[in-house]
Amino acid sequence: MGYVAVTGGQEAIEASIQLLKDYRSGGEEALSIEVIQQRMRLLIDRIMSEAGLYAPDYAALALKQCEGSPEEAVFLLRAYRSTLPRNYTSRTVSGEQMHIRRRISSAFKDIPGGQVLGPTYDYVHRLLDFSLAQEDEQELQQWKKQFRSQAEEENGQQELADTAPRVLDLLRQEGLLEEVPEDRSEPCDVTMEKLPIPAPRSAVLQTLTRADTGFISGLAYSDIRGFGMSHPTIGELRYGTVEVLVDHPLLEGQPWYVGEIEITEVEGLMGSRPGSNGIGVGYGCVFGRNDTKAIAMAVLDHALTLEDTGPTSDAEFVLLHGDCLEMNGFISHLKLPHYVTFQSKLDGLRSQKKEQNP
Amino acid sequence: MTKKTNQTDYNFAFLDEGSKREIRRSILHAIAVPGYQVPFGSRELPIGRGWGTGGIQLTMSLIGPHDKLKVIDQGNDDSVNAVSIKNLICRTTGVETTTDTAEADIIQSRHRVPEEPLREDQVLVLQVPQPEPLRGVDPHEEVTRQLHADGEYTGIWVNLFELLLTKGSPFRGADHPVMADGRYVMNPSPIPRYDNPKLHQAQCLYLFGAGREKKIYAIPPHTDVVSLAFEDHPFRQEDLSGRKCRLCGAENVFFDELFDEATGQRYYQCSDTGYCQKRRRQQAQQRGEQQ
Repeated sequence: MGYVAVTGGQEAIEASIQLLKDYRSGGEEALSIEVIQQRMRLLIDRIMSEAGLYAPDYAALALKQCEGSPEEAVFLLRAYRSTLPRNYTSRTVSGEQMHIRRRISSAFKDIPGGQVLGPTYDYVHRLLDFSLAQEDEQELQQWKKQFRSQAEEENGQQELADTAPRVLDLLRQEGLLEEVPEDRSEPCDVTMEKLPIPAPRSAVLQTLTRADTGFISGLAYSDIRGFGMSHPTIGELRYGTVEVLVDHPLLEGQPWYVGEIEITEVEGLMGSRPGSNGIGVGYGCVFGRNDTKAIAMAVLDHALTLEDTGPTSDAEFVLLHGDCLEMNGFISHLKLPHYVTFQSKLDGLRSQKKEQNP
Repeated sequence: MTKKTNQTDYNFAFLDEGSKREIRRSILHAIAVPGYQVPFGSRELPIGRGWGTGGIQLTMSLIGPHDKLKVIDQGNDDSVNAVSIKNLICRTTGVETTTDTAEADIIQSRHRVPEEPLREDQVLVLQVPQPEPLRGVDPHEEVTRQLHADGEYTGIWVNLFELLLTKGSPFRGADHPVMADGRYVMNPSPIPRYDNPKLHQAQCLYLFGAGREKKIYAIPPHTDVVSLAFEDHPFRQEDLSGRKCRLCGAENVFFDELFDEATGQRYYQCSDTGYCQKRRRQQAQQRGEQQ
């Protein structure tokens, strides 16, 4: 099975696909969609976020199909997504109505509604747990049952707030935040049109939330490390579920509940810009549980409003290079034959040499 | 999750009808203003961005059930990516394919224009990696769009002049820019300079699709297309003199260069494989008639 570009392309592709199936079926243990979806939750969240498609089932299926490659899984979901007609636009979802499972602030110790650590790896010592290699599933399920009933008991005694007001509203009431004009224009959808430049904020936020997690985290890191001007404090980070409503197709003016999604939302306090006496705010909001991506998004959202010479203030640099499909697609296309273009390059070089040494 | 994937899950030509209509509108816009890059809402496809998704979206939005399709990559019908693109389009449309340029209604190509001249009823769809000829002048879309609007092309002339000073020739290897209809400077996609003159006053419609960059542009039939060059350095194609196809004996076509590992010899063969096969078939036929 040679990679011969002259003939035999068809056979080579088919053989390669067979080999992929062989690689995908390593070992003898079956991999169920259920297991991927329930136990690789953070990976599912990341795939859905970068794909811009909230579909845990399909994300799990995609991961099974591609040996767990995030890049390929996002690709599969995106391609599937573009075959679906858009029937509804959701009503505005507000983070204020979030059913909170995690909520922290690094700006204030005491916040109305309280801080809730929730499920986080932040304070886990990253010690490889060798006992998990031989974990007893029955024992695990028993522990889970016990843990849940205990939690229910404790919750019954002390009601935890499910929703909470935003921390930043306190500062806003005091007039400490930078004043920005309210924008009620129809949001732009970058999946339906080419990103307009200069990009409206809706397009900026949509592009950032769909961006590759690694890419925007790296850019945000460069910004806070010294190539930008941000000195962020996390005003509030919250993670939980929000309800998605659309207009009822039959009953005019009535909302129609279509489901709930998990999101992570961040409001970052980014320091005040020159000439302003209020604190600037950066906003991040991503599908699923992904603190780092949401914070990175908030950092970049604010950096893009600054007139600075750093790379993170260059809208085209930030917005046009972080799409998972675009960057991986263009990098991988280098593997395609470039015989003709290379031939032209050779021609140029040869005639240059000929002229130099006649 | 009970759904199974099979081809009937997808619409004819993969994309939904609304998306295809939207792309056709952009194509009409592009035809009306030759060489102008029309932004469009590029859809994600099952094939990688940068692997011809702009071309595929054009083909998908234009193709009908009775069309005949030819797909080539670097002139080659059987190159892996051409085969892969053909498979996708055929699986979602059921159209017939051909390797004969004259028989095709739509030809999708990467990096080549076929040797055989195309007719008025044919469309050549070219895949474009970088639609913006001024990207080397400024990396920002906002700036280059303004430059096009103003017809301000000093930057690219300076670039070509720098090329002349440093490399001795003002020509890019492939993708040498052209002036379309005396108005817009345009990248012809990375075709060799050998193919550039085929765009000028052609019979067929040329469509250019850049999926990742989300742009569509066009050269309608009978449009003036002039490759950029200086008065004292007139436009020059690649030097193909003294070369001959080892299979069909063709001269003055664009060649692939091959090496024989055993002998270390260098030889040439038509880059357009469909053309080469056709010539060989005709030659065999003539030999048969003579006998």
